[in-house]
Amino acid sequence: MSALSSKVQAVFDEPGCDKNQGKSEKERKKGCTKQLQPGAAAGGCAFDGAKIALQPITDVAHLVHGPIACEGNSWDNRGAKSSGSRLYRTGFTTDVTELDVIYGGEKRLYKSIREVIEKYDPPAVFVYQTCVTALIGDDIEAVCKAAGAKFGKPVIPIDAPGFVGNKNLGNKLAGEALLDYVIGTQEPEYTTPYDINVIGEYNLSGELWQVKPLFEKLGIRILSCISGDAQYKEVAWSHRAKATMMVCSKAMINITRKLEERYGIPYFEGSFYGISDMSDSLRQTSKLLVDRGAPAELMERTEDLIREEEARAWQRLEPYKARLAGKKVLLITGGVKSWSVVSALQEVGMEIVGTSVKKSTVEDKERIKELMGEDAHMLDDMTPREMYKMLKDARAEIMLSGGRSQFVALKAKMPWLDINQERHHAYAGYDGMVALVQEIDKALYNPMWEQVRKPAPWEC
Amino acid sequence: MATVNTSRKNCTVNPLKMSQPIGAALAFLGLDRCLPALHGSQGCTAFGLVLFVRHFRENIPLQTTAMNEATTILGGMDNIEQAIVNIWNRAKPDIIGIASTGLTETKGDDVDGYIKLIRKKHPEFDDMAIVYVSTPDYKDAFQDGWSRAVTRLVEELAEPGQMDTRQVNILAGSHLTPGDIEEIRETVESFGLAPIVLPDLSGSLDGHIPEEFMPTTMGGTTVADIRRMGSSRYTIAIGEHMRPAAQALQDKADVMFTVLDRVTGLAACDDFIKLLADLTGNPVPLKYRRQRSQLVDAMLDGHFFFGGKKIAIGAEPDLLWAMSHLLAEMGCEIGAAVTTTQSPLLEKIPAEEVQIGDLEDLERKAQHCDLLITHSHGRQMAERLEIPFLRMGLPLFDVLGAAHRVSVGYRGTRDLIFEIGNMFMSHGHEATPATWGMPKEECNACAPATAH
Repeated sequence: MSALSSKVQAVFDEPGCDKNQGKSEKERKKGCTKQLQPGAAAGGCAFDGAKIALQPITDVAHLVHGPIACEGNSWDNRGAKSSGSRLYRTGFTTDVTELDVIYGGEKRLYKSIREVIEKYDPPAVFVYQTCVTALIGDDIEAVCKAAGAKFGKPVIPIDAPGFVGNKNLGNKLAGEALLDYVIGTQEPEYTTPYDINVIGEYNLSGELWQVKPLFEKLGIRILSCISGDAQYKEVAWSHRAKATMMVCSKAMINITRKLEERYGIPYFEGSFYGISDMSDSLRQTSKLLVDRGAPAELMERTEDLIREEEARAWQRLEPYKARLAGKKVLLITGGVKSWSVVSALQEVGMEIVGTSVKKSTVEDKERIKELMGEDAHMLDDMTPREMYKMLKDARAEIMLSGGRSQFVALKAKMPWLDINQERHHAYAGYDGMVALVQEIDKALYNPMWEQVRKPAPWEC
Repeated sequence: MATVNTSRKNCTVNPLKMSQPIGAALAFLGLDRCLPALHGSQGCTAFGLVLFVRHFRENIPLQTTAMNEATTILGGMDNIEQAIVNIWNRAKPDIIGIASTGLTETKGDDVDGYIKLIRKKHPEFDDMAIVYVSTPDYKDAFQDGWSRAVTRLVEELAEPGQMDTRQVNILAGSHLTPGDIEEIRETVESFGLAPIVLPDLSGSLDGHIPEEFMPTTMGGTTVADIRRMGSSRYTIAIGEHMRPAAQALQDKADVMFTVLDRVTGLAACDDFIKLLADLTGNPVPLKYRRQRSQLVDAMLDGHFFFGGKKIAIGAEPDLLWAMSHLLAEMGCEIGAAVTTTQSPLLEKIPAEEVQIGDLEDLERKAQHCDLLITHSHGRQMAERLEIPFLRMGLPLFDVLGAAHRVSVGYRGTRDLIFEIGNMFMSHGHEATPATWGMPKEECNACAPATAH
């Protein structure tokens, strides 16, 4: 078995995930989601998932080893924000040619790494494997090792070529690379009893900055965020945190669990979406820190902060509750966000008439069931035509989804809101929840709906 | 005359280029009731799809054969068969366009052979056209994929026939927007001709609101139209990369053709209008005489702001050709020209050098330029260079109305001159007392500094 396929099998065996452990050996080998159907599949590949997970590390040069498609068709298209370096938004690729495919692309890769280091001097280079270069047998691990030794900088192989699976698998393989090569390689200048990791938060539209002040107010330091607005060194010293919050469902559970196994860092799974989820996350963070030796008074201060912030948020939401109560929402999104958004919308009295679970893990689905009850409308494989019909017949009044399906709603002349990675608004924390509700309200009550829904006068 | 250089770098930084398969996919998206599919891993499709969604702000029907490690090695015939069956069951399109990718080309799948076998096995597909084009990611660029797809469509579908003297073919290059195509079609129609445009993005991706939701394209060139192209009286190919398709049609159905290298700029538009007038023997409609004089006036009013300006352009060969000539004709100097792929046009571009390279190359060469023209990925360098930035090409993901920008014809050229001229005007520097300060060191005539 190759190194990659044994790695893939390893991430399919996840002791930290109850669902995974409940499966038979055979089922487990298939991974978390269904096999892809030719001619009826949508969504990104493992490479895409790995890139999504790691690209938010801002000062690293992210170098894609493959033909132009993998980087040229996709670079600088995600909304992860940085407070420092902008290098992560620079597109680097070996752009392999036909000759490389025939003779091998390792030399070009090695020289590319040298060029990147000479010109941009990043603290580390991440090298992403892709289908074509994997197929021709380019050994990126060996090239990275040689280049790292030669240039005296970490050069990290991210072995997640697109054809090994879907985005979720890519997230996990990216996590494995961090565990194998990055985490534990540097030490922070100092530590405090209040140091935490936030794992699975990508700082899309600056969402990390919506919650960071809350932690800071409690004196809690986000020692490392993987990977939103992170610097390489912060990831490298994440093993010194006292506790971990795992944000994005199970996408990076392998990092979280192995931080616990290897370094004894306990974790909990939480969400920044929705008022009660946010409060719960603060509470659990403080509890874990107190368990690890932080002064017990942290709990009281946490409850005070929660009380204040919740009151402030509800006060700001009050005017919207009457306008949004009972509004029917169709929620189509990747698995990682479904359940956290469901609970957020329920808080203002909106009714979820359906949620897609196409990309959700079994675990995600359980969470949704908990939130929406046994008769939850989980749509496993809803076609765009069915979504369109649902909106057109007003069985749903607004759709929340990722960018690529927005036109299903807009062409039915129904409101739509972007809640995926390309979105332009930040929805995390108390402020984010208020912002989300404001955006939904703006979308639903925009006066233009009345005009665009009216047929032309000569068609009446 | 320009020297054409290829970048010596190993690492491409900030790509200008996009890959062939999605160029082919976009050409297929200009067909009516079509569902294109990329023969590759699902990510190949996902990236292209997201890119087009962000550019057109439209639903993009694009499928994948969802290849994985094992199927790649064993060969993708089963996946192609399943993909066609699934697409047929869900969408019943008139045509499926399949483009290969780097992955399946590296393996060497014989897709033409597969399709023959699949056709034999599934007579129910007999009425559905299936056109395959080979477009490895590791060769050439977007524009080449588009060109190959259109050529394959003509080769596979066009049929020789009795000549219809009113009917002409317009082969539209990938640098034309739906708005451009609409402008061209109207112009052709105004001479009493009935054009068949291939591919016709103005039918499918112009942002119309359909009455129901369909899993295929809605609007665009129909398969029946493509079949009838062999009966046309003449073919007008717009963009040099449309020449192979025009040639293929001539070889197959004896339809003569002219390649118009561009339809932007006064002289170029004159050629276009003259060609239509010569073809039909009709006088040039009043509308275009008036538009021509408006363009002449725009050039007179605008030239003050263009003269001597240095322009940096990053674009695929045919767009680079059209824009560099227009700007050179208005008195600008093309200070930096970077493109994606080889083309016979490159050495005739009015610049000293044309580089096949990336946006890092363009940024380095653009240091002393007054205007940057490239697709939306130029946004970071425009910020760093602090010069005005005209977004052109594809993708344009940070503006509205990308599909409706018109830069062809007298009217389109006129508006483009205004747009660029306005950028120069609003970035002009107001004079200050320091503007004409004497250089310090060489100032022999200066009065000696007074000691205090």
